[in-house]
Amino acid sequence: MGNEIVRPDYLLADFGYIGILLIVGILFTVTTLLLPLTLSFFKIVPRKSNPAKTSTYECGMETIGKTWVQYNFRYYFFAVLFVALDVLTVFLYPWAVNLKGLGLFGLIAVAVFFVILMVGYIYAWLKGALEWK
Amino acid sequence: MTLLEQFQLWLGSIWPGWAAYIVPAIVGIVVVLGFVLTMVIVFIWYERRLLGRFQVRLGPNRLGPEGIFQPIATAVKILLKEDIVPTKSDKVIHWLAPVIVFVPVLMIFAVVPFGERAILTDLNVGVVYVVAISSISAVGIYMAGWASNNKYGLISALRAVAQMVSYELPVVLAILGVVLMAGSLSMTQIVASQKIPFLLLQPLGFVIFFLGTVAEMNRSPFDLLEADSEIVAGYHIEYSGMKFAMFYLGEYGHALAYSCIIATLFLSGWQGPLLPPIIWLVIKVMAVFFVIVWMRSTLPRLRVDQLMAFAWKGLLPMAIINLFIVAAEVLWLSEITPWLMVAVNFVFAGVLVLLWSKLFTLGGGRVEV
Repeated sequence: MGNEIVRPDYLLADFGYIGILLIVGILFTVTTLLLPLTLSFFKIVPRKSNPAKTSTYECGMETIGKTWVQYNFRYYFFAVLFVALDVLTVFLYPWAVNLKGLGLFGLIAVAVFFVILMVGYIYAWLKGALEWK
Repeated sequence: MTLLEQFQLWLGSIWPGWAAYIVPAIVGIVVVLGFVLTMVIVFIWYERRLLGRFQVRLGPNRLGPEGIFQPIATAVKILLKEDIVPTKSDKVIHWLAPVIVFVPVLMIFAVVPFGERAILTDLNVGVVYVVAISSISAVGIYMAGWASNNKYGLISALRAVAQMVSYELPVVLAILGVVLMAGSLSMTQIVASQKIPFLLLQPLGFVIFFLGTVAEMNRSPFDLLEADSEIVAGYHIEYSGMKFAMFYLGEYGHALAYSCIIATLFLSGWQGPLLPPIIWLVIKVMAVFFVIVWMRSTLPRLRVDQLMAFAWKGLLPMAIINLFIVAAEVLWLSEITPWLMVAVNFVFAGVLVLLWSKLFTLGGGRVEV
């Protein structure tokens, strides 16, 4: 017997913890949510449903029409802009880790990359895509 | 080596290998879960007491010393409440939403360093992991609002997604400033590289990150998605009993997680003289949360258009400028003395904040949502 621990690969072992944490977290949450259900069998948690109680809440009136409707398209602009700029930030992380190694050349390359994307951002701004009107 | 790995090595000498991997992991997770739940209870009590003080009243002070047991009484009360599910709702998604809101919050704590070696798993991409995991909660909130089949819920869900998406960018760019200085994505490395807290080295990055995270955890003055006066409670309007408690837990858990991340990235984490590391972390977390509650009790809620403009026209350009200032300084100024950088950055932060407050008057005109 020695220090034989199943660690197939360092990175995989690290993410193994994350996997176990995910499983334990889901188990914890689901158990907590099932607790009142169990208690209601022993008549500790009440279960007296009626139509008024389970109707949709809305300031005392009945809801008119469907709720699952098409919605304001303004959110769409922001979603598209977000995707473009968020992809940019993903590319920036490797550069940020090794800034000193890449030096001035890296900084200039990133600046050029930024300028290209900023053209789109400024265009969107001038076109009024960032206005909430 | 982390404490967990040392425990593993010791266990590996008496138990088979796979058990020596899984058992310490579960022990570590239970400790983290205990920390989160205890701190959430403390946070609920702390916020209610602080709000009491800010509003010149006492706050809960009857149950236990200084009212510390009040949140436990609340938890028991909520446990005994009836679970009401609206007839028109989408039952499965209505049930799943609280799980998807709470689990990612818990998973953030895997990479929070509680001490020099006390960390569940020291991922070498820790910061990216935090950014990725923390935005999953938005999906849960959207599911809750959509499945409730309630108009207030739907408005709240869409606002939540728009808000989280918008504030994601400044937050990520502000974190990049920290990564530039630390030269690593691992949380323990970032703490180790903070001889001077990054709060002093890049005050502008701290302000952007702080405001962005307060918006991401949906707290006042950015709590548009649960604005009590217009959409009643927003996405958790149709929830009651334990499911509602899960959202509540998720909200405070998010506040705790982001307070931990702010303390780790900008306030040099567990580092500090005399006291043990975990005490220092808790002190810093409490200080960060104090400022959050202070903001909540002082500032009025923003309008939707103001909120979006603040993210896209205010924080985002400032975050980009901050990024390049920090990059240039790390390249050319870092060899001389850090205190020069502190001085230069405070000047830059002051000038930029003043400039932006002059250039951008937020709002103007009412908007139909």
